[in-house]
Amino acid sequence: MENIRNKRNRKFRTREYYGNSASDYHLLPFRFIELSESKEILVNEVGESLIVPRGTALKIAQRCIAENDPIIPDLISRFFISRKPIPELIDVLATRYRTKKSFLDSFTSLHIFVLTLRCNHSCHYCQVSRVTENREDFDISYNDIDLGIDHMFKSPSKKLTIEFQGGEPLLAFDKLEYAIERITRLNKDFKKELSFVVCTNATVFNTKNLQFLKEHNVLISTSLDGPEFLHDANRPKTGRNSYQLVLNGINYARKMVGHDQVSALMTTTRLSLDYPIEIIDNYLENGFNNIFLRPISPYGFALKNKTKNIYDDKKFLEFYKKGLDHIIKINQRGRYFVEDYTAILLKKILTPFCTNYVDLQSPSGIINNVVVFNYDGRVYASDESRMLAERNDLTFLLGHVSDSYESIFYGKKSKELSKYWSNESLAGCSDCAFQSYCGADPVYHYASQGDFEGFRPTSGFCLKNMGIIKHLFELMDFRKEEVMPIFISWISN
Amino acid sequence: MIDLVCLGKAFDLQKEIVAKITGIEDSRVVNCKSLNGDLVFLQSDTSINPDLANQKVVVGQKFLDQLYLGDVLLLKPNGFVRILFRVKSNHNSLFVTEMCNSNCLMCSQPPKNADDIDYHYTINEQLINLIPKSTKFLGITGGEPLLLESKFVKLLDDCQNLLPETHIHVLTNGRYFAWPKFVELFNGIDKERIVFGIPLYSDFDENHDFIVQAKNAFNQTILGLHNLGRNEFRIEIRCVLHKLTFERLPRLAEYIYSNLPFVEHIAFMGLEYTGYTPYNSKLLWIEPHAYSTELEQSVLFLNSVGINVSIYNIPLCLLTPSTRKFARNSISDWKKEYLEECIGCSHLNDCGGVFGTSKIQSAYIKAIID
Repeated sequence: MENIRNKRNRKFRTREYYGNSASDYHLLPFRFIELSESKEILVNEVGESLIVPRGTALKIAQRCIAENDPIIPDLISRFFISRKPIPELIDVLATRYRTKKSFLDSFTSLHIFVLTLRCNHSCHYCQVSRVTENREDFDISYNDIDLGIDHMFKSPSKKLTIEFQGGEPLLAFDKLEYAIERITRLNKDFKKELSFVVCTNATVFNTKNLQFLKEHNVLISTSLDGPEFLHDANRPKTGRNSYQLVLNGINYARKMVGHDQVSALMTTTRLSLDYPIEIIDNYLENGFNNIFLRPISPYGFALKNKTKNIYDDKKFLEFYKKGLDHIIKINQRGRYFVEDYTAILLKKILTPFCTNYVDLQSPSGIINNVVVFNYDGRVYASDESRMLAERNDLTFLLGHVSDSYESIFYGKKSKELSKYWSNESLAGCSDCAFQSYCGADPVYHYASQGDFEGFRPTSGFCLKNMGIIKHLFELMDFRKEEVMPIFISWISN
Repeated sequence: MIDLVCLGKAFDLQKEIVAKITGIEDSRVVNCKSLNGDLVFLQSDTSINPDLANQKVVVGQKFLDQLYLGDVLLLKPNGFVRILFRVKSNHNSLFVTEMCNSNCLMCSQPPKNADDIDYHYTINEQLINLIPKSTKFLGITGGEPLLLESKFVKLLDDCQNLLPETHIHVLTNGRYFAWPKFVELFNGIDKERIVFGIPLYSDFDENHDFIVQAKNAFNQTILGLHNLGRNEFRIEIRCVLHKLTFERLPRLAEYIYSNLPFVEHIAFMGLEYTGYTPYNSKLLWIEPHAYSTELEQSVLFLNSVGINVSIYNIPLCLLTPSTRKFARNSISDWKKEYLEECIGCSHLNDCGGVFGTSKIQSAYIKAIID
């Protein structure tokens, strides 16, 4: 501590005395990508970014940055270069890295229980559902619920999210009631922070099930694809108008359990691609403060109906950009309205924190953050994994709920998958500037390209995320004054 | 402005005494008592108490008028009197040393080199025994308090034991906290009742080091903040606004959010034109309205990402309307002033005024009429 004891010399020294030779520096890990003809983006290991003139990365590497270049302070303070081989503030950088990866600390937190495959809808993009009355074949058993819950409480995570899916999970309301009551009872000892979610089509609410959902603070997540003509075309229901039923359901649920307890998700079909504005306005009119512009998953039954569901990923990008632009205008008019996927990416780009969105993590969210207990007692690595299984592909089957915790979560399958779930070590990702904002998705790449690793130049996942992230940087650069206040308001909540 | 010091005439005062006012007999005589029972009388003229059987100090009536029962004074044999603690004020501090390991270009109380640690320590140990248990708030300041090293920990510990209701605010440059072992010394204290107010003047090390006139100070302060955060201490970051800090202010705000998101408060502070500042005026002085864009951008950013932010020492008329709600009544009561220009201002009651100690004021101060 010698150098920080009392100072003896009180003579003021010049600016130069406290400066350093600019050309004498060391590189810290960073990557870069072209933004426009005149600009490029530098991104470092903890997601700190800098938009600079084209050629800057090369100049940095070749030590050709001029001594008085105003970029030097930014490069140093944002951890792109360091005066010493090991930066003096490496502990700060380490904390930031640890914070960005802190979603790993708690291991599996999202536990999905597929209560039944039965459903009263027959959506053409649905990956899993069956319209059937046969309860025995397509409902989860009480015993499997018990075993799933027991596994769940073995997770080291302090927070547990329990999501009930189907089919239509409220058609198996007795199972839902049973699961929630048992989990609540057991949690008196485990003392985890619990969140319950039910994914329902909102057409089978009644006083009894809503009262129960309210009592147990269960979030209701439903599907709304946009205006009536679009929603009904995407989500046909024999003999009835799905749109009206869903809206009635949403309003009924809001009245019974509270406005903020009800959320909606949309799926983008080929038909939806032409109507981004209408879909967003429909969400606004129906009292939502957010929308998730979500492409279709190329899994399961969606592949059976290719004309309706499979489209060029570039088309989706256009749809997304048009939609986001419209949403920005809505916010400019003073109405707070969030595009969820953008908000997730902005949190990764603009904040020092991590996000909990399982589809955009590295190491990937499968097993590390999410696990699925299927209606038949089988355990899958993710929701998409069980969709593949419905097409008889058991690649991501981790085991049966009656197997031991270790064999499911740390078994052979998990170990095999773990080789492909970090984008830091995937070809095409390892040197990508957007690596720290993106994720690895072995399930998607297996389903769409035939292997866990995937091939980035033709990967839809890559095309979509590169396109969106680059678009966000363009907005934050070219339309900075306009979009930044809006984007910052999205990341702070 | 209130004068905290006064040079009077002492009679029979053999040594320095720290004494609490225990009685105000009439407007011309004040009784004080020290911890070990010494009695001193303060009076306005020699004709009172002509029998000089007691220690007494004669001071001006004006000084006497501002004293209250419970105030604590330091009285010296040469007749010098300093008010150490004012019961009616929320801005009381323990002054622990005039030494400092930095030498900031804009220091308002330039440091000195003589080792005065034990001298002030003895005074402060008496002072904390004499002030009311109900004291809500107490500052600790210098110089650089951490130069006291383990004595500082002892002083904090005594404060917290003697004053169980008091919140303590320490003004330090935090450089010592770069050493984890030093931070460990503080583990025994009640972290809820103490905030460390630490200055950070730039996100760029060379700028900060130049401003505080100490090499490697930036790295030490950042590591110090990091170590404090890791140990869950409460932290306030302070940045004085002047010509050398305003340009990178928005970047500093981002830097704090990215690297130090655990700080609980950030204060941007107007410059007090006293101490070293007049000497370094060419380097430092800038009209507050000239940096209002950078200040607004920084304040609104921090506020929108959920970090508490305040503006200190700048009158409302020099701030943009969107930043006025962040201005606090921050200037210590004893040195706060309003100017002639303020007459008729409709925001006078909400305004923190200006430093009476500043030798020049902004040319843009004027009454807001709305």
